[in-house]
Amino acid sequence: MQAVLQFLNANMWPLIDALVIVGVFPLMAGYVVLLERKVMADMQARLGPMRVGPHGLLQPLADALKLMIKEDIIPESADRIIFWMAPVLSVTAGMLAFAAIPIGPGFLIANMNVGLLFILAVSSMGIFGIVLGGWASNSHYSLLGALRSSAQLVSYEVAVGMAMVSGLLLAGTLSMKDIVAAQAEKGMWFAFVAPVGFVIYLIGSVAETNRAPFDLPEAESELVAGYMTEYSGFRWALYFLAEYSNMIVVASVATTLFLGGWMRPFASVHAFDFLDFVPVLFMLGVTGYCLYRIPKQTGWDQKFILAIFAGICFVIAAALGMVFAPPLAFLKVPVLGAFWFIAKVMGYVYVFLWVRFTFPRYRFDQLMRLGWHFLIPLSIVNVMGVATALVLHRQAGWSSWVAFPVLLVVTILLAFWLVRAGERRDQQAARSAA
Amino acid sequence: MDETRSEGMAPPSVELAVPGADEIVINMGPQHPSTHGVLRVKLRLDGERIDGSECIIGYLHRGVEKIAEHRSYQQFAPYVDRMDYVAAVSNGLGYCEAVEKLLGAEAPPRARVVRTILTELQRIASHLLWLGTHALDIGALTPIFYCLREREEILKIFEKYCGARLTTHAFRIGGLQYETYDGFEHDVKRFCDDFGTKVDEYEQLLTGNRIWVGRCKGVGVLTAKQAIALGVTGPPLRASGVKWDLRKAMPYAAYDRYDFIIPTGTNGDTYDRYLVRMEEMRQSRRICLQAVENIPTGPIMAKVGKVLKPPPGEVYHSIEAPKGEIGYYVVSDGTTQPYRVRVRPPSFINLQAFDTMVRGHLVADVVAIIGTLDIVLGEVDR
Repeated sequence: MQAVLQFLNANMWPLIDALVIVGVFPLMAGYVVLLERKVMADMQARLGPMRVGPHGLLQPLADALKLMIKEDIIPESADRIIFWMAPVLSVTAGMLAFAAIPIGPGFLIANMNVGLLFILAVSSMGIFGIVLGGWASNSHYSLLGALRSSAQLVSYEVAVGMAMVSGLLLAGTLSMKDIVAAQAEKGMWFAFVAPVGFVIYLIGSVAETNRAPFDLPEAESELVAGYMTEYSGFRWALYFLAEYSNMIVVASVATTLFLGGWMRPFASVHAFDFLDFVPVLFMLGVTGYCLYRIPKQTGWDQKFILAIFAGICFVIAAALGMVFAPPLAFLKVPVLGAFWFIAKVMGYVYVFLWVRFTFPRYRFDQLMRLGWHFLIPLSIVNVMGVATALVLHRQAGWSSWVAFPVLLVVTILLAFWLVRAGERRDQQAARSAA
Repeated sequence: MDETRSEGMAPPSVELAVPGADEIVINMGPQHPSTHGVLRVKLRLDGERIDGSECIIGYLHRGVEKIAEHRSYQQFAPYVDRMDYVAAVSNGLGYCEAVEKLLGAEAPPRARVVRTILTELQRIASHLLWLGTHALDIGALTPIFYCLREREEILKIFEKYCGARLTTHAFRIGGLQYETYDGFEHDVKRFCDDFGTKVDEYEQLLTGNRIWVGRCKGVGVLTAKQAIALGVTGPPLRASGVKWDLRKAMPYAAYDRYDFIIPTGTNGDTYDRYLVRMEEMRQSRRICLQAVENIPTGPIMAKVGKVLKPPPGEVYHSIEAPKGEIGYYVVSDGTTQPYRVRVRPPSFINLQAFDTMVRGHLVADVVAIIGTLDIVLGEVDR
């Protein structure tokens, strides 16, 4: 008993953090889905979900309920144990990665010295869920989807890893907390110091989460639903949750590594201190909009639900505003940091959605060519470029304002050369085929 | 014989029936999301590469041609709308003109111009639907909503004109049943004015997009020689570089009065077919604008009588439908019902090119090629 209490006492905050993640996260993923549908509707000149709750605000809850009470079907010829295990594996990998992601300086479950490696390792485990699920379903389409998925993940993992290396070279540490600290110290996000690395990470992370335009494993018009074809009900929901949690994980890693983590924009410039009030004003604005829309709802229930949402937003605004009170000043950095972190993650996710609704889908061979012939060489060149710039800066005494831009230009020139070389190779291949 | 029966449909061709050791035969459709209806395609795959294919059709067969033999000439007119149901107006025009030819009658000038306007609007509507679904097949989720938005405006004009949106039965043998409604010219003009910039928007979204170009260039190439040999017509033929358009070659309705060009491609691939159709929409808009400026006044119906009894004889008349040449071969035995009506459906004949186009490509290209052929199964199966 004593030992348990001692353990709880020593690890109270990480445990609370973990409970919050496990409890809040599925809800958050649900609302990311709602966000996606709303953004999609907006881009496609539609309204999107409007029926369940005001502006569809209860849609995620309704979807979750529906999926949970749906009949659970396991195909007769499926491998039951693996069929059961695969989605669990997928979702576990996605959520486990959150252990090392710092949502604000105070909100971190495990401050590991190998944080980034841990995330990379754990989130790659998710592919087992996909491959096993596709195999266990015992269906052609599922298997094709699973194989495509694994091939794609393995190829893009390399480019993503190399892109991360360019950030790591700048930070000099694998601990997620220290990476943000290094950016604070430099006074600049690494996305601006190593933009090529950031762009490679952006492309690679879209491919790694199997989102459009790289969503071949579940290409609806070709493979029905890929590895998920035979899944339904709650198991399907787990896969869905895994996909969105992966999205949030890669967005969090990008935020931490390239976008300054929990720091607000221009964190070191005091002239921009007024930005600290943005979180409060933003939440107050959302509250105000909810209140403004209440009279326009039909029916008292819709009005009531929207009023509740307005209340929640106001409570959050109040919590964010509280930190400006002098006795609570020690909460200022963690609380506002959490807001900025989530805002950046959402911005990154928005880019995912934007890309999804704009671009057509790659063909499998084109996807592989993009990965192996362009992104991987470019990411290696980029790592060498960043390393050279660092050496020039530290050993040869170049100003970082000269060293990094010069190497950036060289890297971009090489990128163009790679594209040209690829096109020439394609032309040659076409000529030899004809 | 037993084999045939166990297949349920046509006997499988020999090369598909016996796959080699490294090959698998997979079945796409008839309930596949991107076979555009109930087309069933059997593919023989070597890895993901396609070695051979066979289209299995007939799931939507309703015996339209046989029905014609038991209906009077007027009664059969609504049936043709249900063949290519996304371009009903064009189908109706072909049939009406064929029977008019048989009767030796001619629609009055006003009717011909209104027919031209509606048919060209229908061409735009059909191409818009093609563009949206084709883009959706290739993975671009958004264009279809923009396309449907513009198509809706056209359907509204149809609805105002004749009360129906899809299977319109807009024309009658001998001319038109209805006068144009008040503000018809205004509606058409407004649509055309808006539409000019809309086409440019679609092109912005797709034409220069590297992924789109990558998915379309060099996919499903059909040379001019192959296209002619297979009897392909419409945009697929013109994309292969053959300047053949019945609106110019054998003008019907009022097309000889208007100034428009026939866009052609050079490579005969999916990308060229895309460009040709985009340009055709612009040209259709031009025709509409010219026609609506100056609609002649006068009667809208020729004197053909209530009971149609064409003299014994036969006639073949074809027009340029959005999907290609739609032709009607009508045989009369002098009674009120046609002795035989044979339809030359563009979708059915263009679908023959599928196997030629798909060989050597990947599975992902199959959906692109089905999309670029722009088939409607109602017309393929009839």
